[in-house]
Amino acid sequence: MTATTLFEKIWRAHEVVAETADTPAVLYIDLHLTHEVTSPQAYSMLRERGLRVRRTDRTLATMDHSTPTDADQLFGRIPIKLESAAKQVSQLEKNCAEFGVELFAVGSPHRGIVHVIGPELGATQPGKTIVCGDSHTSTHGAFGALAFGIGTTEVGHVLATQCLLQRKAKSLAVNVEGTLPAGVTAKDLVLAIIRKLGVSGGTGSVIEYRGSTIRALSMDERMTVCNMSIEAGARAGLIAPDETTFAYLKGRPRAPQGTAWDEAVAQWRTLVSDEGATFDREIHIDASTLAPMITYGTHPGMSVALDEAIPAQGDAVYHKALAYMGLTAGQTMLGQPVQVVFLGSCTNGRLSDIEAAAALLRGRKVAPGVQFLVVPGSDAIKREAEAKGLDLIFKEAGADWREAGCSMCLGMNGDTVAKGAYCVSTSNRNFEGRQGVGSRTLLASPATAVAAAVAGVVADARQLT
Amino acid sequence: MEPIHSIRSRTVVIASTNIDTDQLMPARFLTTTTREGLGKHLFADWRYDAAGQPIPSFILNQPEAVGCQILVAGRNIGCGSSREHAPWGLYDYGFRAVISTEIADIFRNNSLKNGLVPVVVDEATHAWLLANPGVEITVDLEARVLRLPDGREVSFPIESFARYCLLNGVDETGYLLSQIPAIEAYEARVGA
Repeated sequence: MTATTLFEKIWRAHEVVAETADTPAVLYIDLHLTHEVTSPQAYSMLRERGLRVRRTDRTLATMDHSTPTDADQLFGRIPIKLESAAKQVSQLEKNCAEFGVELFAVGSPHRGIVHVIGPELGATQPGKTIVCGDSHTSTHGAFGALAFGIGTTEVGHVLATQCLLQRKAKSLAVNVEGTLPAGVTAKDLVLAIIRKLGVSGGTGSVIEYRGSTIRALSMDERMTVCNMSIEAGARAGLIAPDETTFAYLKGRPRAPQGTAWDEAVAQWRTLVSDEGATFDREIHIDASTLAPMITYGTHPGMSVALDEAIPAQGDAVYHKALAYMGLTAGQTMLGQPVQVVFLGSCTNGRLSDIEAAAALLRGRKVAPGVQFLVVPGSDAIKREAEAKGLDLIFKEAGADWREAGCSMCLGMNGDTVAKGAYCVSTSNRNFEGRQGVGSRTLLASPATAVAAAVAGVVADARQLT
Repeated sequence: MEPIHSIRSRTVVIASTNIDTDQLMPARFLTTTTREGLGKHLFADWRYDAAGQPIPSFILNQPEAVGCQILVAGRNIGCGSSREHAPWGLYDYGFRAVISTEIADIFRNNSLKNGLVPVVVDEATHAWLLANPGVEITVDLEARVLRLPDGREVSFPIESFARYCLLNGVDETGYLLSQIPAIEAYEARVGA
């Protein structure tokens, strides 16, 4: 038998109808995650055609993008300031009730960012095909699932048929070897990978992250890496499941239990790229040479090490991006004043991110004039963090401890960065206006975010005194 | 969906590389629950100032852009968010084709499902189109070629089934629904 990649194995196992020259494959979807922003028009399509949700048992809904993180607005003590956001949230409630879809609404202990709660519940599992009307669905690839973002028309396809029409992507191996230096995180690693690949380097491909560095990462760290696969243009990013994966999933409410668990693990162990499997393309990265990274431009490929000069060479678009950012070629990012710091998102809003940030912040104060917004990725994470007293560390330091949601990652829920202001953000995109009209985003790790919050300027967490 | 065979129009050129879907449709316009009327928000932050007034230097605010159906964009248009609101906005504005050297995957898929033809061309053709904004060209979907004013024909790739659907005004949902027996057989086979 020919050696096969992990991607190929999952793909074949989900082919309802194989692709031909004339028609794409009909690919079965095991888990469909949905949220309020990219689903309303899909439900309207079902209604217009008199269709039902074919597999409600394979469909989950949450509300995260347009929900406020301010507790008074979220829990209805005062009205949601953004009327259209309130309407969208209530439309999701209506749609889920009408079509029988399980919804983690406000007040549910399981509500949170869609890519945080899937893994947390154990619904995200190795070998599954997982889709969501959201490009960061690639996050779930950390479990060895084939997980990718789709548009709203395709959300409708999956609701109606549990399938998608797909052409098979190419395979791209990202091999990372060596030990990450102290103070260099998974976020720094993925920013370095995107810089190397470029923002369209992964287009048309499914990435498999491989190598000793990847094997040594925790599940939270693997999710950070897979989450940003789309920022290199890739359809998906995945990591073969191993003991780390199984240990994370064991006992979670939607993971297999009892003998079914043992059977599942035995099957999951086969989900690796075979020795000698060939990829359409491979790149290699030496983790031991990496340093904390930060972006300086208007896409996630524009990053430098904290003490590295912003490149001088570039075309007109490059210099327009620098002008938008108010930064100068040749300068380093260290010392750059910041007004806002955001810790959260599906990239870095998990418990270990909050713990790492709290450990650095303990006993320190947020610099005067800096707003530090801390937004847990889910209600469960918020509760766990509060049980450990971590919220008090943030509050005592002068940070703003919020309710779970997408928050400041994208400006559609009331949490925005003012025009011209600099925000060190643990999220995934630094596009123009992503965090609010005229906002200037500097993507970095939770550690770098805390260092900036304390110093009031971009700073190196390894040198916090 | 209306069948599309070919599109003949003058071009609008927006040469920026990596035009992400946040530029095409900023997040604050995503709280809509319908797909109509998004054309007015297309490129909102490049098109309007803080007071909501059109910025005269931006191409979509200039008289020559009126009625144009073909957008020529810099490399890697449509990267970022999966929001279908981006192609909805382009279509609602009046665009029927987008040309670049690279088009991001999810955006390309979304475009094909909404009557917006994604056309990937070689560097030389692209450079010529960028240097000659406003020329009248034809995107011939039937023949899979781009026809330039000097008579040159440049072929472009397009996924065969998506092309069939666009040419015949067929929507993919109907096709998928016709596959239900195969889907049921699959579910029975794997115990799904």
